[in-house]
Amino acid sequence: MTAYSATPDATGHFGQFGGRFVPEALIAAIDELTAAFHATQSDPDFVAELQRLLRDYTGRPSPLTDVPKFGEHAGGARVLLKREDLNHTGSHKINNVLGQALLTQRIGKKRVIAETGAGQLGVATATAAALMGLECTVYMGEEDTRRQALNVVRMQLLGATVVPVTTGSRTLKDAINEAMRDWVTNVETTNYVFGTVAGPHPFPLMVREYQRVIGDEARAQVLERVGRLPDVVAACVGGGSNAIGIFTAFVPDAAVRLVGFEAGGEGIDSGRHAATITGGVPGVLHGARSYLLQDEHGQTTESHSISAGLDYPGVGPEHSYLHDIGRAEYRPITDAQAMDAFSLLCRTEGIIPAIESAHALAGAMDLGRELGPDAVILVNLSGRGDKDVETAATYFGLKP
Amino acid sequence: MTALADALAQAKAENRAALIGYLPVGYPSVDVSIDAMRAMVEGGADIVEVGVPYSDPVMDGPTIQAAAEPAVRAGVNIADALRAVAAVAQTGAAAVVMSYWNPIDRYGVERFAADLAAAGGSGAITPDLVPDEAGPWLAASDTHGLDRIFLVAPSSTDARIVATAAASRGFVYAASTMGVTGVRTAVGSAAEALVKRVKALAPGSPVCVGLGVSNGAQAAEVGAFADGVIVGSALVRCLLDSPDAGGVAAVRDLAADLAAGVRRR
Repeated sequence: MTAYSATPDATGHFGQFGGRFVPEALIAAIDELTAAFHATQSDPDFVAELQRLLRDYTGRPSPLTDVPKFGEHAGGARVLLKREDLNHTGSHKINNVLGQALLTQRIGKKRVIAETGAGQLGVATATAAALMGLECTVYMGEEDTRRQALNVVRMQLLGATVVPVTTGSRTLKDAINEAMRDWVTNVETTNYVFGTVAGPHPFPLMVREYQRVIGDEARAQVLERVGRLPDVVAACVGGGSNAIGIFTAFVPDAAVRLVGFEAGGEGIDSGRHAATITGGVPGVLHGARSYLLQDEHGQTTESHSISAGLDYPGVGPEHSYLHDIGRAEYRPITDAQAMDAFSLLCRTEGIIPAIESAHALAGAMDLGRELGPDAVILVNLSGRGDKDVETAATYFGLKP
Repeated sequence: MTALADALAQAKAENRAALIGYLPVGYPSVDVSIDAMRAMVEGGADIVEVGVPYSDPVMDGPTIQAAAEPAVRAGVNIADALRAVAAVAQTGAAAVVMSYWNPIDRYGVERFAADLAAAGGSGAITPDLVPDEAGPWLAASDTHGLDRIFLVAPSSTDARIVATAAASRGFVYAASTMGVTGVRTAVGSAAEALVKRVKALAPGSPVCVGLGVSNGAQAAEVGAFADGVIVGSALVRCLLDSPDAGGVAAVRDLAADLAAGVRRR
């Protein structure tokens, strides 16, 4: 545990990855944030307040659900779902957002900004801002505001301003660019609630620590339910916050395989995918060194996924590190595989998953077939699929 | 001494600030952008910042984004920037590359430094690379005798200003206001305060001011307290308004106005 917890180093590096590739104008603010984060992690009042919110507001601990009928399609393996979809606001994003919003109050800033792809982070941030009386602006790619129109309205209902971003590919990466521009301009009054384990130090560390509750709970729940640790822990990976959240508690358990499932889109060979570790090379984007989808000139290439939340050409630096040291594996899942698993979970278990999470379900089906019926597979069901109903209706040709 | 250091020394000897102009290579085309850089020198720019268009320019406002986006789509790259550097150097003016870090990282830091020096470039400005992360670039720029220009901001602590100035060579780039690139009606008092802080904390480091200057009057105002006046978006605007020979002429005219500004007393 100690060797692993020692990462990142004091300057935010996970091996060769991570760091702070940001304009000097932001350094003072992220230094302040880093100091405040470390101070609050050992402040019993802060920790107690966050735990109270996670329990009474979010509804933690989230349940662990056995899904035997789904498991029949996964080689008969025992599949257990960690139900982050049942959190208030419908995904794991709220875990991190409540932490960062409390931290924003602690450093005395009155305004938060966030980027959002699927809208889950935006909704969670707007929710926390409403709860804590913070002004909130959410940047969202114009393409995503169409794909996730329902979540735009939810954010507006919660009092947030949603800014459609019309630059670049008009998706998550461009929303992050625009949020960074806002932050550089308004850093004295504004805190950036970064949604994933990417970005400059301290975000990869901070978001991990706010998300590790998923794996801390799940590890104890699996031990109690099954009497042993799972053989594999599976999660989808876009930026990678839900995956880090469930992996972290298991990293010291060397016998437990950790498998992240990236968005394979229309297939790696098609070039239309968002599988950053599978199909990328190391580079610098959004403040950190990590695997990156880029061309030979260092320009970020456009990613593709049916899932807006995974449609991102970067990945958190800790995942790059876990990949390079061989502690975690990363595999692509195509749009079609994810949608098959999406449909299967709906019909076998009565649970509509987020399309993001359906990538992990599809991965679990493959793993179960590889490992057989004695295997225990823990899957992070990171979000619910209400937001994806329109995408699913189009994909499956359903009409109301 | 690089050509950039010579240009700053020459301006100082003339008791004025140097004029530093930025244009991204590749807008509206590589050739026209190089023509515009030459026109900038004809108008009176002492130093040209050759911008490398990048897909994710988080420090840039709408004007520079509007020029960079089509250049990125057209595949403009470091090799084009080095061609522009060579063209500027041939005029006798100093050329520095201005690039976000990833294109240089991808090109290869050592290879970039070697090729930049061979093209006659003086060094590079790296807006999203702080000295803390710059190990390979510090080494490569030493090997090839290149300047390396890091940024300071109004939010920088004294300790960071000292460290950044110590790591910089050529000049220290003072980002005058908090925010992204773009024309501003008033340059603001933050710029002068920042320059004073840098000069007090790092005596002897030339300090040039960027972000917001668009005309001769503002250039005169900034030139009164800085060693160099950096102009970007206003020059880019000339080409956006008229992406042809007319835009190149407008760049020349604006450079002349700015050059007169830094000579005004």
